Amino acid sequence: MFEPVLTRNIHRPNSEKIYTYLAHGGYEAVRLALKKSPEELIDMVKRSGLRGRGGAGFPAGKKWEYMPKDPRIPKIVAVNTDEGEPGTFKDRELVERDPHQVIEGVIIASYTVGARRAYVYIRGEFFLGVKRWIKAIADAYEHGFLGKNILGSGFDLEMSVHRGAGAYICGEETAMLESLEGKPGNPRLKPPYPAQVGLFGLPTLVHNIETLACIPHIILRGPEWFASIGTAESKGPKIFSVSGHVNKPGNYELPLGTTLREIIYEHAGGIRGGKKLKAVIPGGASTPVLTAEHLDVPMAFETLAAVGSQLGTGAIIVMDETTCMVEVARRLTKFFAHESCGRCVPCRLGSRRLYEILERIECGQGKPADLNLALELAQGIDGTTFCPMGSALVNPARSTIKQFREEYEYHLTYKRCLAGNTHSG
Amino acid sequence: MEALLTNPSGAKVTSIRDARKRAMLLAALYIAQEQFGWLSEEAICRVAERLDLTVGQVKSTASFYTLFKLQPQGRYRIQVCEGLSCYLVGGAEPIIDYIAQKLGIQPGQTTADGKFTLEVVQCLAACGTAPVVRVNDDLYENMSYEAIDKLLDRLRSEDRG
Ligand SMILES: Cc1cc2nc3c(=O)[nH]c(=O)nc-3n(C[C@H](O)[C@H](O)[C@H](O)COP(=O)(O)O)c2cc1C
Ligand code: SF4
Ligand code: FES
Repeated sequence: MFEPVLTRNIHRPNSEKIYTYLAHGGYEAVRLALKKSPEELIDMVKRSGLRGRGGAGFPAGKKWEYMPKDPRIPKIVAVNTDEGEPGTFKDRELVERDPHQVIEGVIIASYTVGARRAYVYIRGEFFLGVKRWIKAIADAYEHGFLGKNILGSGFDLEMSVHRGAGAYICGEETAMLESLEGKPGNPRLKPPYPAQVGLFGLPTLVHNIETLACIPHIILRGPEWFASIGTAESKGPKIFSVSGHVNKPGNYELPLGTTLREIIYEHAGGIRGGKKLKAVIPGGASTPVLTAEHLDVPMAFETLAAVGSQLGTGAIIVMDETTCMVEVARRLTKFFAHESCGRCVPCRLGSRRLYEILERIECGQGKPADLNLALELAQGIDGTTFCPMGSALVNPARSTIKQFREEYEYHLTYKRCLAGNTHSG
Repeated sequence: MEALLTNPSGAKVTSIRDARKRAMLLAALYIAQEQFGWLSEEAICRVAERLDLTVGQVKSTASFYTLFKLQPQGRYRIQVCEGLSCYLVGGAEPIIDYIAQKLGIQPGQTTADGKFTLEVVQCLAACGTAPVVRVNDDLYENMSYEAIDKLLDRLRSEDRG
């Protein structure tokens, strides 16, 4: 049986408190890390195989290595708690129930890359999360884990919390930096990457909080242990958020590479009401939909890519046989159209047009040419936008048309739904 | 430190002190909104003054974010998630319609007595306990019609303002 790593504490009473964390080995990794050299720590993170948990899966060690080495250049660590991708609810649980684990990761990352300032960015809607962050940081200061001369090592780190204010796009790292600077959250053009020009123009290491939560464990138990969990290219434990038509929705921490079948049927209790599974979105709203045929695909970066989808945030949305896939695409596209920052035309207008086509089809007013129109539009948006949002927003429409074309055709021919959905807009 | 600052827009190069001041803008807008209930012209001008920013700079930021309100709001802002996971388990439109009918307002509107504003929002990262509703800063999970009845009754009796 797999022993939870990142969520091992969250079911304890007062799991968010520093004394609970300390009573279970908390901050031991910081003690250990502060005695090692930054080179050694970068090497450990690289050997662990840790890849970013915020959606893109970039190797963490490589990102640390890209940070400039010159000690005269001030550097920053920015912590991404902006979770807003429909289906994803792991970061909220992590920060509400075990914020110190993340702070420990932040301290080690900051020490390694030579940052003396860490900024937490948290979604404005996470009111409890904001409170938990603020309290945890204050307690970490009080215990000497933050502030001047941490544990007598000579290393200083200041850390503070900034609250977002309701904009999904601010989860994108450069939009998050803009927002941290008090501006509208419009993404910046990359390159330069944040590791070169980030917050206030300074080199900035940006990480998702689940990525940072892995760091103390890598230091304590060793990179080989971490790399022994998972698949060839996807290492370590992962929190899978499971929602939709399952008996036991929730967060499940399992090794990367666990199959969809095991997660859905063994951990999340199978499909509600004994119904048949129809479709699965494996990694959050922006990842292409899969079908019951893909149940044995391991949840890992490379294996999901091989079947035309993505691991994304590991948020699994399960849909049973009664679900209308046109409605699924319509609803998700509406989300992206709503959240487009408006900076570039293909995303701003394209998402609206795509939504209108899907809405037309869903309401029984679609024209035969609409399917190709939607696909052409998606083609025109993908890869032509300023930030990755464009490629993300076409996935729901494109993948449902690919996997469930007959449902779209039924809507177009009979002006109603094959799945018996009576929703009309 | 100053020398390292770049300015993506190519306009005048700001100093790190000015940049740090501007970074307080979201926090300042939250404080103003808490004080006045929403961000009026006057509130926006005051924030601009305090942070040495132009009114335009403050407005462009305030209007970008959905949590900043440029119109007066009800004392209780009821936010219903219309995300996919909430919809799949019976949420979104049925819940929006139910609350709309109980309050006699449409999404985006405020009741005549100024108590309730109904809003439709995107995923609240509570998809595992869907359907979810948020009232001001509090999250309510696993919502049903009965739970909504109870919640509205409680808010009605709580509010004497
Ligand atoms: C539209 C969009 C939204 C994103 N939202 C989030 C988010 O809410 N949280 C997050 O950690 N990363 C998000 N990301 C990914 C970040 O840009 C960035 O890759 C990540 O924070 C880096 O951390 P990691 O390497 O630890 O994954 C988003 C990316 C895009 C394109
Ligand atoms: S792709 Fe969309 S979200 Fe990204 S910059 Fe362009 S308009 Fe904004
Ligand atoms: S879809 Fe409603 S909380 Fe995520």
